[in-house]
Amino acid sequence: MQKFSTIALLVSALALAACNNPDRAIGGAGGAGGLGGAGGITSGALGDPNDPNSVAYFNQRIGDTVRFVVDQSTLTPEAQATLSGQAQWLNAHAGATAIIEGHADEQGTSEYNLALGARRASAVQAYLISQGVDGARLKTVSYGKERPLAVCSEESCFAQNRRAVTVIGAGAGV
Amino acid sequence: MKMTGEQMLKQILMAATLALSPLSPGLLTAEARPRIDFNSPVIEPLPFAAPTFVDEGGAGDIAQAITQVVTADLQGTGLFAQIDPGAYISQVSGFDQPVAFADWKAINAQALIVGAVTNSGGQINVKFRLFDVFSNTEMGDGLQFGGGQGDWRRIAHKISDNIYQQITGEGPYFDSRVVFVAESGPKDARQKQLAIMDYDGAGVEYLTDASSIVLAPRFSAAGDRILYTSFESGSPQIKLMDLATRSSKSMGALQGNMTFAPRFSPDGDTVVFSLENGGNTDLYSMSLSSGQTTQLTNTPSIETAPSFSPDGSQIAFESDRSGNQQVYVMSVRGGEPTRVSSGEGRYSTPVWSPRGDLVAFTKQNGGRFHIGVMRLDGSEERLLTASYLDEGPTWSPNGRVIMFTRQSPGASGSAQLFSVDISGRALKQVPTDGAASDPTWSPLLP
Repeated sequence: MQKFSTIALLVSALALAACNNPDRAIGGAGGAGGLGGAGGITSGALGDPNDPNSVAYFNQRIGDTVRFVVDQSTLTPEAQATLSGQAQWLNAHAGATAIIEGHADEQGTSEYNLALGARRASAVQAYLISQGVDGARLKTVSYGKERPLAVCSEESCFAQNRRAVTVIGAGAGV
Repeated sequence: MKMTGEQMLKQILMAATLALSPLSPGLLTAEARPRIDFNSPVIEPLPFAAPTFVDEGGAGDIAQAITQVVTADLQGTGLFAQIDPGAYISQVSGFDQPVAFADWKAINAQALIVGAVTNSGGQINVKFRLFDVFSNTEMGDGLQFGGGQGDWRRIAHKISDNIYQQITGEGPYFDSRVVFVAESGPKDARQKQLAIMDYDGAGVEYLTDASSIVLAPRFSAAGDRILYTSFESGSPQIKLMDLATRSSKSMGALQGNMTFAPRFSPDGDTVVFSLENGGNTDLYSMSLSSGQTTQLTNTPSIETAPSFSPDGSQIAFESDRSGNQQVYVMSVRGGEPTRVSSGEGRYSTPVWSPRGDLVAFTKQNGGRFHIGVMRLDGSEERLLTASYLDEGPTWSPNGRVIMFTRQSPGASGSAQLFSVDISGRALKQVPTDGAASDPTWSPLLP
């Protein structure tokens, strides 16, 4: 959470379910990263989700997350619709960068799920590029099964965990 | 060898064997000796007696502690059964006193372990003899070990290894360590750090802090270095740790987004690993001395979890090129691989046995995970375990036991280390302070 300013945190704390990952690069897409290096930390407001220029709007109204079917990295029509919205926002905010995180559910071996998460992140990246977003603004990372969003061991949770999340770098938005 | 605690090891002397007890000639046949035959379809645990080692001066609690570790090592194999010390008729009060064989026979002990410990100025000396009760004779020549007081546990494991070798005819493995990932925190924000411990869970030391996710530490064949995958840079990258200094470094500049699943070649110079670029994962190898990198596979499928054959000539790995994960073998130089697995379900994480005759794997089928072994031609598949989630086998140094990760389901589910004999016996949890995953067994310590 270090990349957000304290005030923004207070305002938007309830809406940050997708942003609670302690292993996200602290510096954001353009930051130096590295834990303990306070100089690499940047911050930016999430803003009001009703403001179409805000990161909160991207995360909540457009949707920062797309889901995948079991063992697949193919984008569903629903995922493509979300990603088209993401691409429009990114094209309208040329200063923003993003890290696309690929994730897998727990029903697979660790190594394979890392590779599968990379496939998913890459599929999202390729789609955004096809919609006109400059690939240089998009990084990918796979978390495999290391960072589930939902913790039960039922399909209802697995479906939420087979995902790719587009994380807008700090400093973007309003 | 530069294992952790190397200084300790150097102090341990495999001292000259003790004087031989003369055997009655012609008394023994091989069949009469206490012996465990792994090829037998049913193995009855061999009953043994291990009276508390004699304190020959200053040993105090160490004598009892060593006796307990030796007993636990042997019992833990499932091949030996300790006779309740309360049933002992005879007591052993002196190391050199004549053995009351009749008393040990009467309680059906087949093997008797007699030991003694001295502790003088922080230096301990431990000696033991192994007796074949039914033949009224000694097995082997006895051994003694010297070391610092802190070495008592390793000395106990060496004693167990000697007894295990004499009775099973198999190689030793108790005096070994395991590197693994210690886990803490909730399932959706799990913290992971590298740790190392004795094979039985004792003596845990942490090698990294919990600031970054770390995965799958792997020993070099000499046991002096560890390869692992770290999220420290924000993306999974392979790192190389020198165990003596605990310092880690990156493997060098690689043209890729993410590198993971590394393993050492037997000679310790080459690392084989997965590299992801543009969403596709292939296998590469890198020479640590020259830095030269070679691409070994080039397909749109996922190739990962590579493992060298013990002679260093081949690599086993998993690929989903057929549509789902299967185990393949190829030359260390790459080229067309041969598919190994052919059964139902998915096969992954192949690891070559130290003897080279088997590969251990993870199998996923019908919503269950298994650890199994098979020959390199895919024949004689044996599933050793079944659970919600078993994965990541690693071999004991003698190729008799497999350790792996078992994760329980649900929101409160967590990973633990388990071990099982390659015949499927003696499945048990390896005790760790908290949750643990990704074990790799070290070579036998010197």
